[in-house]
Parts: sequence; structure tokens; C-alpha cells
Amino acid sequence: MESTKIICPNGHLGFAPLKTTSFRIGVEAKPDFIACDSGSDDVGPGPLGSDTSTSPLTWQTHDLEEMLLAARELGVPMLIGSAGDTGTNSRVDLFVSIIQDIAKKHNLPKFKIGYFYSEVEKEYLRAKMKSGTLVNGLDGRPELTDSQLDATDRIVAMAGVHPFLELLDQGADVIIGGRSSDSAIFAAAALSRGHSEPDAYYLGKVLECASFCAEPYGGKETVMGEVKSGEVLVTAMSPEQKCTIASVAGHAMYERSNPFHEFVAGGMLDMTNCNYEQASEKTTRITGQEFFPAEEFRVKLEGAGKNGERFIGIAGIRDPYTIKNVDKVIDWAKTQVRDKFGDNGYELHYNVYGKNGVMGDLEPIKEHSSHELCVVVQAVAPTEEIAEEICMTGTRQMFYARLEDVKGTAGSVSFVLDEVVKASPAYVWTLNHTVAVDDALELFPTHMTEGGI
Amino acid sequence: MSTNQTTRKLTELAKTIRSKNAGVDKITFDIIFRDRDNYELVKNSGSLTREAICALYGIEDKRISDFVEFDPAFAIKFTIYRDRPSGSAGDPDIFGAQQYAPLLGLDISIPGN
Repeated sequence: MESTKIICPNGHLGFAPLKTTSFRIGVEAKPDFIACDSGSDDVGPGPLGSDTSTSPLTWQTHDLEEMLLAARELGVPMLIGSAGDTGTNSRVDLFVSIIQDIAKKHNLPKFKIGYFYSEVEKEYLRAKMKSGTLVNGLDGRPELTDSQLDATDRIVAMAGVHPFLELLDQGADVIIGGRSSDSAIFAAAALSRGHSEPDAYYLGKVLECASFCAEPYGGKETVMGEVKSGEVLVTAMSPEQKCTIASVAGHAMYERSNPFHEFVAGGMLDMTNCNYEQASEKTTRITGQEFFPAEEFRVKLEGAGKNGERFIGIAGIRDPYTIKNVDKVIDWAKTQVRDKFGDNGYELHYNVYGKNGVMGDLEPIKEHSSHELCVVVQAVAPTEEIAEEICMTGTRQMFYARLEDVKGTAGSVSFVLDEVVKASPAYVWTLNHTVAVDDALELFPTHMTEGGI
Repeated sequence: MSTNQTTRKLTELAKTIRSKNAGVDKITFDIIFRDRDNYELVKNSGSLTREAICALYGIEDKRISDFVEFDPAFAIKFTIYRDRPSGSAGDPDIFGAQQYAPLLGLDISIPGN
């Protein structure tokens, strides 16, 4: 079987721009596909809940333009998964229109754009639950309940290889995917050329974060993966980087609890018996990967729900006695809030920098010795007016805290602003679950359109 | 056990010590060594264990979802459940990227010659 080469220029398209030098070296190597992923749940639940991108449009456009021009010049497919950070329908539509605009700008000849959605209607899941199908929790979460579903604003399902394969079969030159498993984007490309599942999924796993599998550390550089019968080769394209046994094996454990197993819709990649060899200076060869199809076809779901409007307040403390008694200062302010707003229906959080602001309860140093503290106050409530008043009370009442032996009686904290500031609304991850489906494409409707002239 | 045992800080022995989200409900910690010698030294020291992690972070064993020794990468990694999903209001570290700091100073027992 012929080998297949795929280049990946970016581990999260849009989050920071790809580096063009190593990308062009990768393009000169004449890959069979150019692919990357554009999403992450690292950005928190806000973008999914509010249906926005956290990546700037200019950076998204920059990378799509580089990739599209190279792919059309080489005449090879370009694949993007998890469009616009979250992979919601509006982000897929946005990326399709960016591709069409770039094609028009450069007078590219006509080409086929395949795309698929991955948003899931709440009522679809409610009907499944009513009929007795469980929506199972991941990572220790319980089964999905009606009330948790009610508290959810938007849900996406995590696609495997299936919608990509379907669109490649239909002859798509460019594919814009909804939420997708990172590895599935590359695996679909390799599978479409007849490679085995273990090799295809391993190729996807190693390419998904671009140069994070190379060393020395440096993001947004292009790497190339090549799959041949029974082996995967991965090569750094940047003149400054190499793919070493240590960097490639090390990447297998990045951002995941278990370095041996990668679960995707439809099965599990097992890297337990992987063997890593240095094939040449910049290239590592991987063999021994296995793939086990799932007995039941389950799809991962991500959901986010709005908790409320949010305001932020900031206060500083310099008096050593007040620093020592910062918990009492905060208790005083919380009591003032409770006296007016009661115990429920809002959230009030204090992050105390200089004490345990970064780690909270995980902080091992319990006795802080800072000469100054910064307190960040967050209030979340159903309306902006209430959130603002709670935040103002929770911040300003620290100024009036009543400490028994304090010498400074004109104000217990310092302010850099005598106001509270409106922040983005607070969202929470309401779904980290899986649902069984009968058809691999059930949650991922595919469509075809055109770009170019 | 040797009588002239010494201790060294984990930061002196490891190449990389990092933490990062593993999905929205967990934070995973990687301790990666440059070579097999330091990896084996720490692995066999009895100083970097589930118990040591619980003591360092003040958590119960059930907060640790995985503790893995990963020979191909000369790495020890463990994963803990968050007390709330990443990015919830009040979460101080939405990427989980600064939670590794206490590991730097962890004392590792080294047998003497």
C-alpha cells in the first residue's frame, strides 16, 4: 500500500496563528492532506454556552487562508474539526463563509466544501431519556437528569471519523467539521486511503497538537505524519525542532489521565504496546498500536449552561494585622451580602492572591507570610443589577470590616478602582456525558456546498 | 535501607513538571525525566506515591483518578478530580496550568553509596 502523508500546522486553529516557515516546509514535502483541529474545552464553558469564539477572527482567517491556498495549489483535501473553538453550528457556518471569502479574494477555481453540524437538541436527549436510554456521566459524573438538562443552554456531540469519511467519499475538497475528536480528523484521512484502524488512529493521536509532539518546546509549528503498512512516522518540519522518542511518547500523555488509551466514537486506541524508534534525526517511528472497536456506539456530549450575570471587584490589603485576619474581613463582607440577599440565589467568590488565590484548597502552604494581598471578588446573580449590587457590597464592605485591634480605622482595604466591573456571564459545564446512538451519523448531518469561481 | 540516605528536590531530578486540564472535570500532572536513571531513581524512591500526593495537596485518595508510571516517556503521571468543573465561577485556574508548583519542592529519598 502507498504511504499517506498528512501535515498539521496548529493544535488549535485560531487560538494563536500558525508559524508560516515550518508550514511551508511541510507543504513542500507534498502531503496528501492538510488538517487540523480548531477546538478545545480548555477555554471554559463560556464560549459554548454563549455560542461565541474565544479566538479572534483575524487569526482564524489567517490560518484558514494559509491552509486553503496550500491545499488548493497541491490539489489535496483540507480538513478542519471543531470549527471556531466550540464546533457549534454557528461556528461551522462562520468557517464555511470564511473559506468562501478567501476563495473569492484569490479567484480560486471552483471546489467542493463539505461540512457537518454537531449540535444536539435538548429535546432529542429528553426523548432518549424518556424511552429509558441512559445518558451516562463521564469522569465520575452521575447520569444526566432532567433538571441538569434544563440548566443547559447548548450541547455539542463529539464526532468520530464517520462524518469526515462520508464527506471525503462525496468528494469534498475542504471539510469544516462541528465538534470532533482531535484524532478523528487525521484518522479519517488515513482510513479513506485504506490504512488500518490502529495506524490511522495513532497517526491522529500523534498529530492532533501539531508541534507539541516535538522538542524543544515550541507551539504552532507544523509536523508531518506518514502512515505506511504497520508503522507511523512523525517528523518535525521546523528547522529548530525534532520528533524524538521522548517527545513523541511524552505527547501520548498530554492533557489526558491515561497515556495508554484514547477513546473515540466507535472504539479505543490502545498504545500500551507501542514501540518508539528514532528513524532519523527529526523522525520517530511508532509500531505496535492496536485499536478495539466499541461494543456499543456511544458519543461524547459537552454541554454548558448559564449561571448568571457576573461582576468583578478588586481590593488590596497592606496592614499586617488585617492580612492575618483576612478571613474575618471576608466573613464580614459576606455577612453584609447575606443580610440583604439571603443565603441562596447568587454566588459570591473570593480569590485571595498572596494566600491561596491560585490553588484554593489545594494550596499546601496554610500560613501565608505575604506583606500584601490582592482579593478578587466575583458575584454571579440572575440579573446585572443584582450581580452588580452583590459584588459592590461584597467588595466595599471589606473596606468597612470591623476588626477588634486594627489601628487603621479609616479603611481596611485599598482600591485600584472604586467600582466593580462587568465580566462575561458565568457558565458551567453541565454535560460531560455519553449517549448511545443507532447510526454513527445520527448526530452529525452532512452538507455540501461550493467555493471559488 | 542505606544509613547514609540523602534527599533531593524533585525539581532537581525532573526535566518537566507540569499540570493541565484533562477534560473539564480533572487536572493531570506529568513529571518527566531526561533519562532512565533519574526516572528509576524517583520511581523506586517511595517518595512519589499516591500517599505522598494526598499528603502534599491535602486530599483524600479518592480524589486521585489515575496514578501511572509510563516507561516509554520516563514519566510518572497522576490525575485528580477537580472540586468543580473548569471555568466555573470562582475556579482560580481554568486551564489547571499552575497546580504543579508544590511538586517542585517534594523531597525524594536517594539511597547513599
